[in-house]
Amino acid sequence: MNTSDSEEDSYNERTALVASEIPFVPSYQDQAQPTDMEPKRRHPVAPEQPVEPPILDRSAVEREPVIQDDEEELTLKYGAKHVIMLFVPVTLCMVVVVATIKSVSFYTEKNGQQLIYTPFTEDTDTVGERLLNSVLNTIIMISVIVFMTIFLVVLYKYRCYKFIHGWLILSSLMLLFWFSFMYLGEVFKTYNVAMDYPTVAMIIWNFGAVGMICIHWKGPLQLQQAYLIVISALMALVFIKYLPEWSAWVILGAISIYDLVAVLSPKGPLRMLVETAQERNEPIFPALIYSSAMIWMVGMANPARNADRASQDTDEEGYQGESDALARDRAEPETQVSPGMNRSYSTEEELDEEDRGVKLGLGDFIFYSVLVGKAAATGGDWNTTLACFVAILIGLCLTLLLLAIFKKALPALPISITFGLVFYFSTDNLVRPFMDNLAAHQFYI
Amino acid sequence: MRVLSCSDADMYEQCSVSPFAIGFSTVASPPRRKDSIKVMHPPTSNTTTFNWAFFWLCSLLLSSLVWFITVQISNKDSSSQQKGLLIFGVVLSVLLQETFRFGYYKLLKKANEGLLMLSSEETMPISIQQLAYVSGLGFGFMSGAFSVVNILADSVGPGTIGIHGDSQHYFLSSAFMTMAIILLHMFWGVVFFDACEKQLWWSLAVVVSSHLLVSCLTFQNPQYVGSLVPTYIIMFLMGLWAFVCAGGSLRNLKFCLTCKDKDFLLAHHRPR
Repeated sequence: MNTSDSEEDSYNERTALVASEIPFVPSYQDQAQPTDMEPKRRHPVAPEQPVEPPILDRSAVEREPVIQDDEEELTLKYGAKHVIMLFVPVTLCMVVVVATIKSVSFYTEKNGQQLIYTPFTEDTDTVGERLLNSVLNTIIMISVIVFMTIFLVVLYKYRCYKFIHGWLILSSLMLLFWFSFMYLGEVFKTYNVAMDYPTVAMIIWNFGAVGMICIHWKGPLQLQQAYLIVISALMALVFIKYLPEWSAWVILGAISIYDLVAVLSPKGPLRMLVETAQERNEPIFPALIYSSAMIWMVGMANPARNADRASQDTDEEGYQGESDALARDRAEPETQVSPGMNRSYSTEEELDEEDRGVKLGLGDFIFYSVLVGKAAATGGDWNTTLACFVAILIGLCLTLLLLAIFKKALPALPISITFGLVFYFSTDNLVRPFMDNLAAHQFYI
Repeated sequence: MRVLSCSDADMYEQCSVSPFAIGFSTVASPPRRKDSIKVMHPPTSNTTTFNWAFFWLCSLLLSSLVWFITVQISNKDSSSQQKGLLIFGVVLSVLLQETFRFGYYKLLKKANEGLLMLSSEETMPISIQQLAYVSGLGFGFMSGAFSVVNILADSVGPGTIGIHGDSQHYFLSSAFMTMAIILLHMFWGVVFFDACEKQLWWSLAVVVSSHLLVSCLTFQNPQYVGSLVPTYIIMFLMGLWAFVCAGGSLRNLKFCLTCKDKDFLLAHHRPR
């Protein structure tokens, strides 16, 4: 089925290594001087090499060294601001997924089809067998992810940028056209809307073409953000539909552990990826990352524009590297939208804090939405969904706080997913009967 | 016991349920209020709201856990025992909520002081009054959401209210009660923090006991007169108390309503 193809593509996504087309910018070096001489500047300046603050990203991210900001309070203020900048898109993505799950029954119907990555069925006779099958499914899924990540690292190491780029385009094509067509079809079926093929063709063509342009090339920032949110939601919906029940939960747990290991351990693929990028002084992953802001190079000439397609805020942004072969892919380089911000240019100093954005990998969006969507799908209880939602956001908050403290690449999944899982199971089993009883008697607490 | 019965999706029944749904949701969510306190825009306050919501959730989790354990070891057939356990659960939940409020308040105080020491500013980024407001908002939001969201979802229908002889006013009373609870949480937050700051322990006791009182009043449902009316009286009284604690007075109010509050206007003046 098509899903498997997209999965393939998804895995290879991480290659938002569109950086291949970004010429190395020597001007960074030259321009580094003026900034260094202005330590008082509130905004940390780019050092000799493009710096990237810890990346809040599932995809392998550039873990370029973050400039140390002396002023703690600024860090914390930034942290708070970044939290808000991320709350909104994450919330939107989750809202889209939950709204779809609750209204379009297609995504909760199980018709026995599964991804090839989870071949073991869960229609077993005993609980033990089911558990075993879900664990096996998880092992297979995680190994595929690990393999893809390593494959990506190898590709990046040997500079096969075109290959990666092509793969990226293919997968976003699949997502923007095929999945959205399916989604539209299901929505029409749910609301019994009469529709003809030519109209649908036109809608899908426009949606997809604009999406490709926005994501891979240039477009208004908000449109790009909207597209990234939409494709994350679509991917999450696919996972919710095709991952069997118990496997999904075990996979969520396993992927956050993997994330932790991949980003923090010295031999982790993500860490290696980032280090390689650092050695080459290249920004990696302009794609697969949701960015909340972009910096315009005011009055800069062409070299500046080419310099950094990845609108990387070289300072405070939280980057948390995490390579997840899955969904990350889709994230097309948002950078196209703006010329990268190169802190070393003194003109950038005029930019306010408001312009600093923060980045989060699309894989994170996807897994958060999968968790909340699954909570919404299994059982009609809205309390559980709400509890998971709050738990995930608090986890994100905490992660960003840690990011502000440690200032290095951190995985965005573990804390949020852990909180989400804990709250899901406890709310479903403990809080739900309590609240149901209270509602039945109309007692208020 | 459900007041709705899933009868056939009769058009008539759907019509009778949906107006409730709409009116209901408008009643249940209280309007955003701006007191004389300037609500802080910055991200800090928003994130704090979620943090408070999270702590409310934790307190609920803990109390549900205890309730669940007691139910498991009790006699499931005796309905009076179950009701008794539920009442115990409610009381425990209220006490835990207040404990968590106090606990998180202490934590935030420490954090704020630490931040103050580190930073070069003289004042805290967020004043204690704003924190109080935000705390009440967080608690209220979560409490209200948990109380009402399932009911709202059910109210979309199809169904008939009280078809088995239960009260016809289930949705309306739930909506009003939820609104009262949300506003009460906000007032309790303000008074609570004020009491903690000024070490007025009797104020604290009054807050906790009024919360208990309001919850216990709901034991009388579905005799709504006995529960809603006193709750609203308590809400107005607490509202006045919170207003006074936050530094409001008749003079302030007059200035605010007639747009003559110079300090406020100056602070919020936006050049065109």
